[in-house]
Amino acid sequence: MRYRFRPFPFSSIANMHLFSKRQRRILPGFGLSMGYTVFYLSAIVLVPLSTIVISTFGIEPERFLAAVSSPRVLASYRLSLSSAFFAAIFDAGAGFLTAWTLTRYRFPGKRILDAFVDLPFALPTAVAGICFATLYSPAALPGQVLSRFGIELANTPAGIVVALIFIGFPFVVRTVQPVIAELETEIEEAAQSLGASRWQTFRKILFPHLFPALLTGVTLAFARSIGEYGSVIFIAGNLPFKTEIAPLMIMSKLDQFDYDGASAVAFVLLLISFIMLLVLNGVQRWQQKAYR
Amino acid sequence: MSIELRNITKRFPGYTALDNISLSVATGELIALLGPSGCGKTTLLRIIAGLETADTGSIILENRDTTNLPARSKNVGFVFQHYALFRRLNVFDNVAFGLTVKPAAERPSKQEIADRVMHLLKLVQMEWAAKRYPSQLSGGQRQRIALARALAVNPKVLLLDEPFSALDAKVRQELRRWLRKLHDDIRVTSIFVTHDQEEALELADRIVVINKGKIEQEGTPQEVYDHPANSFVYNFLGNVNVFHGRVRNGKVVLGQRLPEEHSELNGHEVKTGQAFIRPHDIGISRIRNGNDHPGIIRDIRLTGSQITLELESAGFDRPIEAEISRESWRNLELTKGDEVFITLDKVRVFTGDFEI
Repeated sequence: MRYRFRPFPFSSIANMHLFSKRQRRILPGFGLSMGYTVFYLSAIVLVPLSTIVISTFGIEPERFLAAVSSPRVLASYRLSLSSAFFAAIFDAGAGFLTAWTLTRYRFPGKRILDAFVDLPFALPTAVAGICFATLYSPAALPGQVLSRFGIELANTPAGIVVALIFIGFPFVVRTVQPVIAELETEIEEAAQSLGASRWQTFRKILFPHLFPALLTGVTLAFARSIGEYGSVIFIAGNLPFKTEIAPLMIMSKLDQFDYDGASAVAFVLLLISFIMLLVLNGVQRWQQKAYR
Repeated sequence: MSIELRNITKRFPGYTALDNISLSVATGELIALLGPSGCGKTTLLRIIAGLETADTGSIILENRDTTNLPARSKNVGFVFQHYALFRRLNVFDNVAFGLTVKPAAERPSKQEIADRVMHLLKLVQMEWAAKRYPSQLSGGQRQRIALARALAVNPKVLLLDEPFSALDAKVRQELRRWLRKLHDDIRVTSIFVTHDQEEALELADRIVVINKGKIEQEGTPQEVYDHPANSFVYNFLGNVNVFHGRVRNGKVVLGQRLPEEHSELNGHEVKTGQAFIRPHDIGISRIRNGNDHPGIIRDIRLTGSQITLELESAGFDRPIEAEISRESWRNLELTKGDEVFITLDKVRVFTGDFEI
């Protein structure tokens, strides 16, 4: 089972009518389950998100542009995207290794370790944020140790990346894990008996096999990180132009009752995320195309 | 000698997979390791390939002790039951894999690799599929690619682990003949593992029958089929009727008939024994003569070229299965319920309590 983003299948709705005339479906319940799927996606995803779009279209163009192109907002977009990007890249490596270890080896405490992976899912993000802020503040020991090596996490973009790494980590682990478990050991044995070293086996056989799942995981982590709010704002310090993330801009506009401005910023954020996901989805399809 | 196994023993928690196995294989030979599932034959193959290590014993490949070499240094070709092709690579790259991972100094040039791969694909009659991916091929085609891939690195030894067992009967038979022909052409020393006696008999130069981690018998297909060393081999190689009888004074009591002479059992006390006879070694006639057992035909089954009769005879606790040709079936005009006379002259008896 692989979790994967798929664009909404408009084409299959269009074909549905034609199909049912030509041949009977073997699998029962298509009408019901398709209806449920459309209803669910509408009620839970499309309708709430469409309010953003609708309210955005109510704004005069000049105000919209002014809201989304103010230097402070632009800086926040840049920060959100770049920190989400770096966090996702880091998660790719760390998450991959963790998934590998948890799937491939047997050791005492494995189940407990495995359960830890999901904690970022369960923990209120604000709690995690406060933990980070406390841990890496100049007043606490870890913060002091790190600053001795020249690493400042409190009130810096680096701190934001750390928080986002925490948030995105389980996405990578949980998407890669089942695919590693699926890998037959025979594949590795075949490669070895053909003279491949461990590294060659990994690089040429195992990694290409796991790459699509890894990409999915990284995409999820990235998408989640762009919108992450609770765990970031405490460690970020929220210095204008420096450590303000885009979701924070929305919140602060709401605080000032600037609903139009908030909608405009949210709309652009939504657009960016959507385009990113589409592109990554396209990359993935292109990756998969040849093999199935 | 191409392969020499000396006193290989392998224990897993709870059971002994291989118990002091020694075996030599001559260069260019095609050997079948035949045995029921769980008898240790696959473990033995994996030990030769270096995919598993033996607890004791040594493996000598072409006069070089390879016991402790890792799989990748053994230069052994391995063909897996479920093909184990690389799904992300196309057929060409699958076959080329063993050549492309060679260290730069030994690696052939791109052109040489391409030539070798195409040569091998031609050998396995798959040159049209070079650009395909494994998922686009049938099971038989995949296994041929797996074979080409294993041959690409010029292995000293080719090991095949139940190579055809995942395929359907027709393809299996075709591939079997094809592999035999291929082996006659390229003469690479090969060992294949199978639990299918027919496959072993048809394909191998020599059969090694293994049971419970021990070699029961080794010999040419004809030797092991016609002269099984013990009741296990007899039973495992093909259909067989087993009768439980008593051996008295070197004579076997079968059914209600008088004891028959069996010189090899002379001097034995009264013992229980098992008598074996293959269905096609049983004679059926309408006329009584000497040592025949009277019997009644309970069932007639058409099994392809042969006719299988199920016979009931007084004194035998189980029905007797006999196979006769279609021709003699027609000549004898047999129908269900007929009384016939059964000749069991070719019966073989093993004493001792061998469990099957």
